[in-house]
Amino acid sequence: MDGPFLIAIGLIASGDPALTEIIALSLKVTLTAVSIGCVIGLPLGAGLALARFPGRGALVVAFNALMGLPPVVAGLLVYLMLSRSGPLGDLALLFTPTAMVIAQTILILPIVISLTRSVVEDLWAEYREQLRSLGAGRLRAVPTLLWDGRVSLLTGILAGFGRASAEVGAVLIVGGNIAGHTRTMTTAITLETSRGSIGLAVALGIILLLITLSLNAAAWGLAQSARGRLG
Amino acid sequence: MGAGAIGAGAAGMKVDKVISPTTEILPLRIRGVSYAVGKTRLLDGIDLTINAGRRLVVMGPNGAGKSLFLRLCHGLIAPTSGSIAWQAQGPRPAEQAMVLQRPVLLRRSVRANLDYPLALAGHARAERGEMVQKTLARFGLIALAERPARLLSGGEQQRLALARAWAMRPQVLFMDEPSAALDPSATRIIEDLIRLFSAEGITIVMTSHDLFQARRLAQDVVFLHRGRLIEHGPAARFFDAPQTAEARDFLGGELIW
Repeated sequence: MDGPFLIAIGLIASGDPALTEIIALSLKVTLTAVSIGCVIGLPLGAGLALARFPGRGALVVAFNALMGLPPVVAGLLVYLMLSRSGPLGDLALLFTPTAMVIAQTILILPIVISLTRSVVEDLWAEYREQLRSLGAGRLRAVPTLLWDGRVSLLTGILAGFGRASAEVGAVLIVGGNIAGHTRTMTTAITLETSRGSIGLAVALGIILLLITLSLNAAAWGLAQSARGRLG
Repeated sequence: MGAGAIGAGAAGMKVDKVISPTTEILPLRIRGVSYAVGKTRLLDGIDLTINAGRRLVVMGPNGAGKSLFLRLCHGLIAPTSGSIAWQAQGPRPAEQAMVLQRPVLLRRSVRANLDYPLALAGHARAERGEMVQKTLARFGLIALAERPARLLSGGEQQRLALARAWAMRPQVLFMDEPSAALDPSATRIIEDLIRLFSAEGITIVMTSHDLFQARRLAQDVVFLHRGRLIEHGPAARFFDAPQTAEARDFLGGELIW
């Protein structure tokens, strides 16, 4: 029973190049998707919190629902868009890391938007009169509220990272799990397990858990110290 | 930092006129102003002219509409009917500031809190640095400049709220119960600051539920009761010879509803 674990530890300890490459690609894809998700999602979420327009309620519900969008469905949608016969087929992005970034961004966006909206809405209720008194309109309030909500927003961003780094369906469909090109930790675990090569799968599993654990620990520590420092 | 030392410092501060001879935004003319939520009239037919250079204290029992009245004047909310017109053109001049009943300090340093409204007002970064420094010095906040505003004591937070409003160079400063939650020494600091503002030429419009504070600070008094303006006049007359039964009961400590 401890066969696979010993192999896994051996692979990790020796810094196996195949393992390292898979980890690097996974992190690159997910971190890029998280960054894009934040650049789009933070202002959009804040805008949704402050704006009042017909259909706003429906939009809020839609983004909340999309937080539970199954990754395989997101993958399928991106696949249909990028496949040879799809509307964006000419870009030849299917089975590239870029396609994987697009698919993961779609998974992350609803989380960042919904959590940002919720955080900013609460802050707005508290800040509204004060900001108006100081001379800030709604538009100018957006960066102010995002910055003052930074500690809470970190949790939302981290949830997005967690979702993207853990999912396998979307990257498998649009990436194709091509060795040395689009193979990530999760797709590799799926493949290696089905091939009976449990050692590498366990090694990747351990790494994945460690990354998630250390990121959450860092975020928690940051939030704790920030609450202490900022009140 | 001892509160007493700051109080003495505030009292001993040099007074210099900070109001530049730009457009005078006062008087503020309030005509037939009502504010209703549903069918309930929280303010009803208020007529008042607020003139420059005075300390006006708005008094009245809880629920009289004091806070609402200040927020209407400041322009945070719009009246249901009637008009609020500044002498200066435009609906809401920038040369006025307000200290809310529960001021919201940003989750940033004391310095950043003072910088924020100046940035909104369009002052250049270098100019702002100087203005903030001057404000910090004036309000005894230099030692606290880099501290997170939310972690200051209640008295320090209120001093920062007043400093922030002062830094905006207002001609009129509205203050809603500026010392409601403070202990006597912090209250004294705030009252000293209010006199100082007044001496600098800033028109003060404030609410207070504290009769003693109103006696100490008021030059003019507006007395509100159930959303109506019952009395308006010089403070001495209001306190010594109130014209209405409501005001007499209020001053006599009777419960009036």
